[in-house]
Amino acid sequence: MLFDYEVLRLIWWALLGVLLVAFAVTDGFDMGVAALLPAVARGDGQRRQVINTVGPVWEGNQVWFVLGGGAIFAAWPALYAVSFSGFYLAMFLILVALIIRPVAFKFRSKRDEPAWRARWDAALCFSGVVPALIFGVAVGNVLQGVPFHFDSDLRPFYTGSFFALLNPFALLCGLVSLAMLVLHGATWLQIKADGEPAERARRIGLVAAALVIVLFAIGGFWVSHMDGYRVVGAMDPMGPSNPLRKEVVTEAGVWLANYGAQPLLWLVPLLGFGGAALAMLGLFTRIGALSFLGSKLSVAAIITTVGVSMFPMILPSSSDPGHSLMVWDASSSHYTLGIMLIATVILLPIVLLYTAWVYKVLWGKVSESDVNKDMY
Amino acid sequence: MDATLVELSRLQFAMTAMYHFLFVPLTLGLSFMLAIMESVYVMTGRTIWRDMTKFWGLLFGINFAMGVATGIVMEFQFGTNWAFYSHYVGDIFGAPLAIEGLMAFFLEATLVGLFFFGWDKLSKVKHLAVTWLVALGSNLSALWILVANGWMQNPVGSEFNPDTMRMEVVDFAAVIFNPVAQAKFVHTVAAGYVTGAVFVLAISAWYLLRHRHEALAKRSFTVAASFGLAAALSVVVLGDESGYTITDNQKMKLAMIEGMWETEEAPAPFALFGIPDREAQETHYELKIPWVMGLIATRSIDQEIPGIRELLALSELHIRDGLLAYDALETLKVDESNAAARQTFLENQEYMGYALMLKKYVEDPRTASDEQIAMATRDALPNVFALFWSFRFMVVIGFYMIALFGLAFYMVSLRRRVPRWFLRVAFLTLPLPWVAAELGWLVAEYGRQPWVIEGVLPTFLGVSSLTVTDLLITVAGFLVIYTTLAVIEVKLMLKYIRKGPEEEESADNPARLDERFSPAFNRPQE
Repeated sequence: MLFDYEVLRLIWWALLGVLLVAFAVTDGFDMGVAALLPAVARGDGQRRQVINTVGPVWEGNQVWFVLGGGAIFAAWPALYAVSFSGFYLAMFLILVALIIRPVAFKFRSKRDEPAWRARWDAALCFSGVVPALIFGVAVGNVLQGVPFHFDSDLRPFYTGSFFALLNPFALLCGLVSLAMLVLHGATWLQIKADGEPAERARRIGLVAAALVIVLFAIGGFWVSHMDGYRVVGAMDPMGPSNPLRKEVVTEAGVWLANYGAQPLLWLVPLLGFGGAALAMLGLFTRIGALSFLGSKLSVAAIITTVGVSMFPMILPSSSDPGHSLMVWDASSSHYTLGIMLIATVILLPIVLLYTAWVYKVLWGKVSESDVNKDMY
Repeated sequence: MDATLVELSRLQFAMTAMYHFLFVPLTLGLSFMLAIMESVYVMTGRTIWRDMTKFWGLLFGINFAMGVATGIVMEFQFGTNWAFYSHYVGDIFGAPLAIEGLMAFFLEATLVGLFFFGWDKLSKVKHLAVTWLVALGSNLSALWILVANGWMQNPVGSEFNPDTMRMEVVDFAAVIFNPVAQAKFVHTVAAGYVTGAVFVLAISAWYLLRHRHEALAKRSFTVAASFGLAAALSVVVLGDESGYTITDNQKMKLAMIEGMWETEEAPAPFALFGIPDREAQETHYELKIPWVMGLIATRSIDQEIPGIRELLALSELHIRDGLLAYDALETLKVDESNAAARQTFLENQEYMGYALMLKKYVEDPRTASDEQIAMATRDALPNVFALFWSFRFMVVIGFYMIALFGLAFYMVSLRRRVPRWFLRVAFLTLPLPWVAAELGWLVAEYGRQPWVIEGVLPTFLGVSSLTVTDLLITVAGFLVIYTTLAVIEVKLMLKYIRKGPEEEESADNPARLDERFSPAFNRPQE
C-alpha cells in the first residue's frame, strides 16, 4: 500500500469534507432556488424560468449527496451506522424531501392545471427548505455530541429522541445552513436568470448574506463557550477501528484548541465571513460572478470550519464520551481505504471533467421566453 | 431483538426495494433503445427517428425521475434501518456502492439533463454520445449494485476481524469477480432490456391497433422486436442458475426452488408442478421431467444437487462449529492477546454466523440447548412454497417472452404481415416483465433468508436499535408517498401515451416513408 493507515485516514477525512462541500456548493444552489421559488417568481412563466435555471443540472448535483452517503458507508461505516440510525426521523424527512424533489422537477410542467402546478411548486419549496434546515440542525447536534453507545459486539444504540435534536444551538445551526443555501440560490439566480426573478433574488440574497454573517458569528461565539470533546492520553492513529478503546472527556473551549495550535486555521472561519461579504458586494454591485464566487467560498468555508474545529473527532457521544467516533478509530480497513482512494483518484477527475462540460454547454442566462423550447 | 421491529424493518426494505425495482428495469432497457433509435437518426438523417427518440425519451424521463427518487432511499436505508449490518459489513459492502456513485450514477444523472435540454445546444453526434453515455451509466450502475448484492449471496474475499468486530475485505478482486454477482448482472440487465422492449412493443401495438402515429409506431415496433428477441434469449440462456451451485445457501435456494427434499442422483429432474409442504417436508402431486434440473443448474450430467434435508443436517453441524468460534471471540473481547483463543477463532470463523442464528432464541449462544439448536437449524428453511412457485411463474414468463419476440421478429423481419390479434397480445403483455422482475427479486432475496449475508450475518441481527413506533411512522410514510407517486406517475404516463408524439417536426412525408420502411404493416389487416 502506497500510504500508511494514518495518512489514508487523514485523506479520507479530507475527502469526506470535499464531498460534503461539493454537495453543498452544487446541490446547495438547487435547494436554495427551490426554497426561493415562491418568493422570486410570480406567474407560471417566471416559475418555469426559475425552475429551468436548475432543471438540467439538479439531477447530477444530487449525486454528490448519494456519493457522500456511499463514501461514508465505505470509508466510515461506524459513522454511517450511528448517524443515520440515530437521526432516524430527521433523516426520514430529508429522504421525503429528496424523493419529492426529482418528481416535482419532472412532473410539475407536465400538466396545465394551475392547481397541479401550485401543488408541485409548494412541494419544491418544501424540498429546498427542509433539507437545508435539517442538515444544519444535524451539524449542530454533532457539535454538541449525541447520545449513543455501543455494546461489546459494536452494535450501536441511540438513546436520544427526535425532539431533543431541536435544541436552541442546533436550530441556530439550522438557520445558518438555511441562510447560506438561500444566499447560494440567490446568487445562482443572479447569474442564470434575468428580469424580475433575478432582481427579487438579488434583494433577498442581500438579506440572506447579512444573516449568514450575523448567525455564523453568534454560532462561533456559542461554540467557543460550549463543551467540546477531547481524548485523554495518546491514540494510535494506525490502530484498529474499534471505538471502545479510549477515554474521552468534555471541556469548554476544546473546539477552539486546533486554532490555538495552528493559528493559520483562523483563515477558514474568516473566509466564511469574507465569502458572504463578497457575495453581498457582488449582489450590491450587480456583478453576478462575484456574488456566486462569494457564496461558494462562504458555503465551503463554513462547512470546513465545523470539520477543522472538531478534528480528530467526527461524532462525539454525549452519553458515553469514550465511545465517540474519531478519525483514528471509525474508518474502514487500511485495504478498503486504499482501494477506495484508487477508485476516487481515477474516477473523480472524469466526473469533474464531464460535469464541467455540461455546465459549459448550458452556459448563459435562462429567460422567461426560453421556457417553451425546453421539455420541462 | 424485538421480533416486530425486525419484521417491520424487513417489510420496509422489501417495500422500498421492490418499488424502486419497478423503475430500474425500464431505465436499463429504454436507455439503450433510445440510444439505438437516435443512432439510426444520426446515421440516416431521417427526422422521424429523432421524434421517436424524443417521444420515448419523454416517457423515459418520467420513469427515470422515479428511479432516482426511490434509489436515494435505498442508498441511505442501510444506515437508517440496518445499522448493525452497516457496521458489520460496511468495509466491503460500502465500497461497490460508493464506486457505483462515482462511476455510474454520476454519469447518467449528469448527462440525462443534457439529453432533455441539449437538443438545440449540441451537435447531432454529441447529443448521440450523451444518450449512449446515459445508457452506459445506467448499466454500469446495475453492475456495481449487483456486485454488492452478489456479495450478500456469496460473501467472498472477506474475513472477520476480531479487533474491529466486523467483516473486512481481504481480496477486492474476488468481490468484484464474484461469479454470483456476474451471473446476476447479466441476468438482471437482460431482464431490463426485455422490460424496455415490451414497453415499446406494447405501446406501439396499441397505436397500430388504433391507427394512430403509425409511422412512429411501426418503426418502434421493429426496434423493440429485434432488441427484445436478443434480450429475451439472453435472460433465459444466461439465467441466474449458474450461481446456484456455489454456496450452501445458494444450494438451499436451488433445492427449495425445486421442492427437492432428498438429494437426487445426477442428473436431477426438474419438478414441473408440485405443492411443497414445509411442515411435512415433502412435495405433493409432483410432476418431474428427468435430467432437466441437473443440466440447468450444474451444466453437467454427473454433478449431484443436494436436497433440503441434507442441507439442513449440514446447517446443524455448522452451528456447532460456529459456537467454537463464538466462544473464542468472547474470550478475545476481554483478552486481545490470548493466542489460543485467536487460533480457535481462525480455525472456525467460517461458521461463526451460524452460531449467531441462535441469538434469536438465547442471549448467549454458548448456553443454547439442543432444542434451541434444532429450532435455529429449522430457521435455515424459508417458505419453500413461495419460492417454488415464484420461480416457476418467472420462468414461464421468460419463455413466453422468447416466443413473443420470436414471433414479432419473424413478422417484421421477414416482411410478413402483423395480424391484429398479435398486436393485441403484444399490448396485453405490458405488465408481464414487471411481474417477472419482482418475482425474480423475490426468489433471490427472499430465498436468501434467514441470512442477510449468507452464512455470515442472520437478517434479524442486522437491524438498527429503533423503536417500533419509529418504524410504524416511516413504513406508513413511505406507503403514503409511494402510493401517491405511483398513481401520479401512471396517470402522467397514460396522458403522454394517449397524447402521442409530436410529429409536426417530421419533414418527410409519413405515408411515403411507411411504404418504404416496412410493408409488413401495410398489407390488408384482419
